[in-house]
Amino acid sequence: MIHQYKLGGYNIVLDVFSGSVHCVDDLAYDAIEMYETNSSDDILDILGNKYSDVSKEDILDTLSDIEELKAEGKLFTKDEYADKAFDFKNRHTQVKALCLHVAHVCNLNCEYCFASQGKYHGEKAIMSLETGKRALDFLVENSQGRTNLEVDFFGGEPLMNFDVVKELVAYGRELEKKHGKVFRFTLTTNGMLIDDDVIEFSNKEMHNVVLSLDGRKDVHDRLRKTYTGQGSYDTIVPKFKEFVKKRGDRGYYVRGTFTHNNIDFTSDILHMADLGFTELSMEPVVCSPDDPYALTDEDFPVLCEQYEKLAFEMLRREKEGKPITFYHYMLDLEGGPCIYKRISGCGSGTEYLAVTPWGELYPCHQFVGDEKYSMGDIWKGVTNTELQNEFKMCNAYAREDCKDCWAKLYCSGGCAANAYHATGSITGIYEYGCRLFKKRIECAIMMKVAQALDEAE
Amino acid sequence: MKRIVTLKTRDMKESVKHGGCGECQTSCQSACKTSCGVANQQCEKCGKKD
Repeated sequence: MIHQYKLGGYNIVLDVFSGSVHCVDDLAYDAIEMYETNSSDDILDILGNKYSDVSKEDILDTLSDIEELKAEGKLFTKDEYADKAFDFKNRHTQVKALCLHVAHVCNLNCEYCFASQGKYHGEKAIMSLETGKRALDFLVENSQGRTNLEVDFFGGEPLMNFDVVKELVAYGRELEKKHGKVFRFTLTTNGMLIDDDVIEFSNKEMHNVVLSLDGRKDVHDRLRKTYTGQGSYDTIVPKFKEFVKKRGDRGYYVRGTFTHNNIDFTSDILHMADLGFTELSMEPVVCSPDDPYALTDEDFPVLCEQYEKLAFEMLRREKEGKPITFYHYMLDLEGGPCIYKRISGCGSGTEYLAVTPWGELYPCHQFVGDEKYSMGDIWKGVTNTELQNEFKMCNAYAREDCKDCWAKLYCSGGCAANAYHATGSITGIYEYGCRLFKKRIECAIMMKVAQALDEAE
Repeated sequence: MKRIVTLKTRDMKESVKHGGCGECQTSCQSACKTSCGVANQQCEKCGKKD
C-alpha cells in the first residue's frame, strides 16, 4: 500500500508495509501514482505529454528506479502481516505496565476532565500503601520474562497521596533487587502541590514526569480551575519552571489539552516553549460531542493548519538552534517500534492495566469507573478472561475501518477507549481522532524528510 | 536515483524476525493518555539494527 501526499514543498511517498519513506520530484510522484494501474507505454505517453521538457529516456529511468525500489522491498510492498497479526498479539500475555490510581480525588475542578474531577464517576478515594504494594507485587508476579516494568502514578491528583507514592517507589526498588526487574516510575500531575520535596524526590526517582498545562493563561484558566473558580496558571507555572530547571536531562513533558475554545492551539504550544519548556505535548480533548468545548467538523481544517504551522515553526526553531520536541512529531524512522508493537498497540487490557484505589483492574485509565470493563483485582488477578481475550484480539487488523488505512501501522488501529466511547465497541474507530492522527503523522514525516534533505545538502 | 530520495528507515519485514521482545514502553505511559500512537515509541533494542 502506498500513501502519497504533498506538504511543505515536498512530495512524499510512504510504502506502508515496509515503512519506507521517499521524497520524490513531480514526475516520479506521478509515475508512482500510475505505476500499478497503467502500462509503461501509457505512463510514457501521459508523462511525456505532461512534462514536455523531460526526455523519454528520463521517464524510463524513473520507471526503472521504481522497479528497483520495488525489488528491494521499498515500494509496493505487500502486506505479509495480516495473517500473523493475531499470533503476534498472542505471543505475550504478561503485564508490564500499570497505571496506578493512587488518588481518586483532585484539587482542581477542570471542566473537561475525562475522569470527572478525579472521581471517575464514583466515590472519592485514596489508595492505601498496602493496596499499592500489592499492585506492585501483582505486576512482578505477572511479568515473567520482562525486565522493564512501568508504573505511572496517576489520579485524580497523585500528589494528594504523595507519602504513599514515595513509599511505593521505595518498595519498588526493593522488588527490583529481589526479582531482577527495572521499575520506570512516572508521575502525571497538575502541579498544584509541587514543592521542593516533590521536585527533589521526583527528579531522583521518576523516569518521566507529565506536567499538565494548557498553554496561554486565559486558555489554561478557562477550564483548569480550583473548586473556588480560580484559574491555576499563576500557581503552577512557577512550580513547573522550577521542577524542569532542576530536572537536568531526565525526561518530562509539559502536556496540554486543546478544545473548541482554542483551536489555534499552536499558539499554546509556542507559549509553553516561550516559558522555557522544550518537551511538549498537546492532545485533542476527549469528551462528548454535546459538550460546549467539543471539537467540531468546522474546527477540523483549522486544526490541520495548526499542525502544519507547528511543524514548520519547529523546523525553523531547530535551524535557529532552539529546538522543541512535540510528542506527536517524535518519529525515529530507524529506531522506532518493530512490527509487533505496531500491530499490537498500547497493550491496554493485556500488557497494560489500570488499578483503582481499591485494587480493581481495568483495561486502562479511560475505562475506570465503567463496571462492564472491570477485569478483576490485584489479589485474584484478571478474572474476566473473556474481556482480556477481547483486548488481546484488538489490534491494527481487528478493525474493519482500518483495513485500507495507510496509517494503521503508525497508530495500531487507534485507542480502544476512544473507539468505545465513539462507537460502543473497542473494535470501532473514533473517526475524528483518526483524521487528526493522520494529519499529525503526515506532518511528522514531512519534518523527517526536511531534516534528511537538509543534512544531505 | 535522480528523482527519488529514500530516507533511511527500519525495515518492517526484517523486524518480524527479530522484533517482539516486548521491553519497549507502553504507549500511554508517556504523554498522551488519551490517544494511541505507537509510531513515536522507541525500540529498546534500537538504534541497533534488526
